[in-house]
Amino acid sequence: MTATPAPRAEAGAPSWPPGPGPAARLRFAGLLAAEWTKIRSVRSTIWTLGLFVVVTIGLTAGLTALIVGAWNGPNAAERNARIIADPVGFILGAGVGLGQLTICVLGVLLISTEYSTGVIKASLLAVPRRTPMLAAKAAVFAALLLVLAEVVSFGSFFAGSALLHSKVPVSLGDPGVTRAVVGAGLYLTVLGLLALAVGALLRHTAGAIATVIGVVLVLPILTGLLPGSWGAHVNGYLPEQAGSAVMRAAAQPGQVLSAWEGFGVLCGWTAVLLIAAAVLLRRRDA
Amino acid sequence: MTQIEVRGLTKRFGRKVAVDDLTFTVEPGRVTGFLGPNGAGKSTTMRLILGLDHPHAGTATIGGRRYRDLPDPLRTVGALLEAKSVHPGRSARNHLRFLAQTQGLPARRVEEMLDLVGLREVADKRAGSFSLGMSQRLGIAAALLGDPRVLLLDEPVNGLDPEGVLWVRNLMKHLAAQGRTIFVSSHLMNEMAVTADHLIVIGRGRLIADASTAEVIARSTGKTVRVRTPDPARLTELIAAAGGTARAAAAEPGGAPTRDGAAPGGPAAGPADGATLLTVTGLEAARIGELAASASVVLHELTPQLASLEEAFMELTSQSLEFGVRDAGAAGRAGGDGALGRAARPGQSEGSTR
Repeated sequence: MTATPAPRAEAGAPSWPPGPGPAARLRFAGLLAAEWTKIRSVRSTIWTLGLFVVVTIGLTAGLTALIVGAWNGPNAAERNARIIADPVGFILGAGVGLGQLTICVLGVLLISTEYSTGVIKASLLAVPRRTPMLAAKAAVFAALLLVLAEVVSFGSFFAGSALLHSKVPVSLGDPGVTRAVVGAGLYLTVLGLLALAVGALLRHTAGAIATVIGVVLVLPILTGLLPGSWGAHVNGYLPEQAGSAVMRAAAQPGQVLSAWEGFGVLCGWTAVLLIAAAVLLRRRDA
Repeated sequence: MTQIEVRGLTKRFGRKVAVDDLTFTVEPGRVTGFLGPNGAGKSTTMRLILGLDHPHAGTATIGGRRYRDLPDPLRTVGALLEAKSVHPGRSARNHLRFLAQTQGLPARRVEEMLDLVGLREVADKRAGSFSLGMSQRLGIAAALLGDPRVLLLDEPVNGLDPEGVLWVRNLMKHLAAQGRTIFVSSHLMNEMAVTADHLIVIGRGRLIADASTAEVIARSTGKTVRVRTPDPARLTELIAAAGGTARAAAAEPGGAPTRDGAAPGGPAAGPADGATLLTVTGLEAARIGELAASASVVLHELTPQLASLEEAFMELTSQSLEFGVRDAGAAGRAGGDGALGRAARPGQSEGSTR
């Protein structure tokens, strides 16, 4: 409990500071600054991003060390063959698979907590045309994610490749490796924006997080059971399945899209969802 | 100067009409009170003016423009909404800072507002730890951030201590005197009586009155007369013959009007003088006095009842109360603070409603 401080201006005549000056008006640069203030001034950002770094790099290193330790174990030949075929895909896949969930949670929280706390009203009173607010939020989040996800992606690669070196040497100079490492950062960034769009569409934290995790984790498994070529295509065009191709130097068996095609499909999903979120943001009562 | 113009504004939620063809103008340079019982549509009307909700029909403009078309919204309009709009994990300073950044307001403005509302010492604390009064001050700071020409305040004194109430009241008057447009909603009549120069009264989303505060009070002044007489039967006859109505009033210790909505009991004895209290409608006090004198009926008291703003309001809205008149009685029994939505007194149910 904090005692209520007395207002400075006492009952008689409230002292009134002069106005803010004539230069002030809505500008997109101001909206970017405001969204940056918003994102850095709540603890959930720090927590989820901290968790993202620790989980992704930690899991990459831990899993790689485990595999290296069990390299000559029973029934390891088939697995080892896959790692030898695409070492960078193995290294990045190990940590990103779980680390991406923290990014999804943060993407949803960025907008859903505006609704749950009522901040959305203050935000929309300041930016009554609404879509510039969402655009600024997406831009700031994307910039923050891109920097952090690339750092984590390269960190994971260097940690994983150092551990794997005795069994499968891999370097950034090998074919497709640099593209895969850079691609992992891009994939995580776009996935975060997709989660932001779902959060903006559903406006409820729990529902939006469940939906995003369903799309990222559950749907690929379910559609993986579908038979035939059309099943492979349904599975292959899912945001996570399509987008994660860019993190691999070699195509997996049955992969229907190339690395950049797949990333393009993820970007398409995200763009559609963001546009839908912007349209609904304007139409719905706040 | 900057007016708020509301024209034919209508908003439905499902089948319920929250705001029903509302038309009024809020003029600059004075405090305009926006009155109505809880659920009358005050907050919805403010949200419609501010572009947070979309109307089904009608328009709301500020200085001739829709809110969403304002190039510098926070510099034109400051708003304090009833529901909280602050992230509990964000500090007061960061809340004001991000709002200032959207419009390019200088950082010093944030500090000035923190000083103005007395939150400087707690500016870096999480807003979730604030008391209701402190949250309200933060909301006021946010509303004033852009030095707006128009101020919309939804129940601004909610949760404030008496000192805070006085401060907000003086602030509103001060800002109105500077020529700004002040539109403040409340369900507290007594607060409006001392704050507002002009009143817009709504009930069930419809306009009930749009007049000066003095006019609203005057409109229902002198409608009833208190009479105490040892011969109530004779006087009742005389009054009835002259076209008025006399009713035995409920017992009222100390002569105060009953405020608990109790049904009038039998003829009640006055305080130790053997007289009965009657409430007379339809006749002026002078005429009652003449009637009594002509028939040599003794009167112990003859008092025209001056309605308070609260009573005027009850009369205005008695037919449009959102909640039943009776069931509100229990909740309002603790009363005396002028909260609306309380039981209307029996004599007011026939009040004129525009």
